[in-house]
Amino acid sequence: MSFFTKFPAMGRTDLRDFKKGIDGKFKEFSREWGEGIEAFFDPLYYFLNWFEKLLNATPWPIIILIVGALAYLGSRSWKLSVGAMVSFLLIGYLGMWKNTMSTVALISVSTLLCIVLGIPLGIWMSRSDRVQKIITPILDIMQTIPIFVYLLPVVMLLGIGKIPGLIAVCVYAMPPIIRLTNLGLRLVNKDVLEAADSFGANYRQRLFSVQFPLALPNIFAGVNQTIMMALAMVVIASMIGVKGLGMPVLQSIQNQYLALGLMNGLAIVALAIIFDRVSQQYGKRLQRHREGGHDA
Amino acid sequence: MPDLKIQIKNLYKIFGRNDKKMISHVESGMSKAELLETHGHVLALKDVNIDVPAKGVQVIMGLSGSGKSTLIRHINRLIEPTSGEMLVDGNDVLSMSDSDLEHFRRFQASMVFQNFALFPHKTILENGMYGLKIQGEKDNQAKPKTQKWLDRVGLSGFENHYPAQLSGGMQQRVGLARALSTDADILLMDEAFSALDPLIRTDMQDVLLDLQKELHKTVIFITHDLDEALRIGDNITILRDGEVIQQGNPQEIILNPADEYVSDFIQDINRPRVLQIGSIADPKGKSEGPSMDAETVVEDALQKIILSKANGINVVKDGKNIGAASLEQLIHAIARPTGEKKGIESYR
Repeated sequence: MSFFTKFPAMGRTDLRDFKKGIDGKFKEFSREWGEGIEAFFDPLYYFLNWFEKLLNATPWPIIILIVGALAYLGSRSWKLSVGAMVSFLLIGYLGMWKNTMSTVALISVSTLLCIVLGIPLGIWMSRSDRVQKIITPILDIMQTIPIFVYLLPVVMLLGIGKIPGLIAVCVYAMPPIIRLTNLGLRLVNKDVLEAADSFGANYRQRLFSVQFPLALPNIFAGVNQTIMMALAMVVIASMIGVKGLGMPVLQSIQNQYLALGLMNGLAIVALAIIFDRVSQQYGKRLQRHREGGHDA
Repeated sequence: MPDLKIQIKNLYKIFGRNDKKMISHVESGMSKAELLETHGHVLALKDVNIDVPAKGVQVIMGLSGSGKSTLIRHINRLIEPTSGEMLVDGNDVLSMSDSDLEHFRRFQASMVFQNFALFPHKTILENGMYGLKIQGEKDNQAKPKTQKWLDRVGLSGFENHYPAQLSGGMQQRVGLARALSTDADILLMDEAFSALDPLIRTDMQDVLLDLQKELHKTVIFITHDLDEALRIGDNITILRDGEVIQQGNPQEIILNPADEYVSDFIQDINRPRVLQIGSIADPKGKSEGPSMDAETVVEDALQKIILSKANGINVVKDGKNIGAASLEQLIHAIARPTGEKKGIESYR
């Protein structure tokens, strides 16, 4: 009766060989292709490095002014703009300037990468139910799989550093922009799309003149979510050697430095709030046509 | 016989997975309800044949669910047919390639929708320009053309507003201007005025009739409102459960309803105000009374008879006497036909 009380698992040696086989194959693959894959990501690596150096080389008053100006351009709100500048001054005063610049560089580049890859994927997904059926579970996996599980093969392939960090951030942060682009495009009123069709618009004309602009509120919510999730990954990314605000947080966990952890943690929060408010306000401003209507 | 602009031939539309296989069932006499029950397919249009003359207003009328909106969407192929032909100027729209179809929609037929379907993120001017932009025109050419139509439908000064800032009536004027600006000679109007309240609706009908006097487009007008159909239609086609029940000009339909469904439909119309003496006149008849034009409605004719103390009128068309109608004939014509009124609801 041991069949019912003890699960009929694979034999211990078989299982070990099975795992070893997979590990071995992956190591082989990594040895053979690792350099090629690294070379593939080189442009991204140079861009990220260049951007980080640029931020660090620019005199801090100019950065503060740029932050204020961008916040104002995005939100058209003096309060938010001044708030952002004060936050950056405080961050600098508390000695976190360099790390903040690294984090801003990483977040900006990864958000950009997510948008550049995610929006076309979302568009593709919105066109076909079959594509949606295939991509949705992949996105579910990307968002739920324990981060360390996919960090491992990435690190085995590319070593530790910025690029694996960037990939880790993007795997986690890209799903919202894909999902919300797809959703936004699918939610556009069918009547309006029919009207575009009736005037002989082809797919491209319809997408860019009608469907995409009307989906922008949702797409923008996706961009916003992507930024937030990218920021949430800063500490994890520091585990594989990405410099920035995550590094001191990691140190403070290992050494019980309360103040250091708190300061850097709050700096991440400040960045998140600034990015969030500005991008949300900007998203709202894109919907000017909804103002002053009676059925909007 | 005027030129035929659009010919719809043996058009069938069945919604469902195996629509093509269902045609044989329908041809062998299976009803809409039976088809739904035994095969799970919805019969939307059954063997529809309509000839639409050029430069007139063709009304297609029926209750909701009679297939009229489905039918109009076949003309520019927003809906694919199950089988049949749709000839416009002799070319079959239903067998056009994608690029031919795009060209057809851009230049030959434009559409006005029941719920307006304006682009909410575009200004009134940009909405009006949409068709022209799709045709490939540049802003500086499209703007003056669109402005002309916006002015024509009474929207001057609203160019930079957004649709949500306008009332329903105004929004549909935008819809009309958007359709007119492409200069297509076919205008498809899908219950275009049904969502408007009665006064605004009459107003919009006037706008359309007024435009039609100078533009002479071929208009396909879908409505469920008989008064509207009689007011603007040169020809009326009545649909029921996807089948054509009767076709003819308004006078024929009122005087000779094809079946109970149609007579129920016309029960409540104001006969003296709609019927024209030309359709009542007896060609061999003679009368001592005054002469009146054939298109005079009975109401006006009766007034004239009473004022002139005659007991009939002579009917004149294009300056020629085409007969006469006696007082008795006129009164017969306006009396509500006999027959039990079941109420239009019983046909749903």
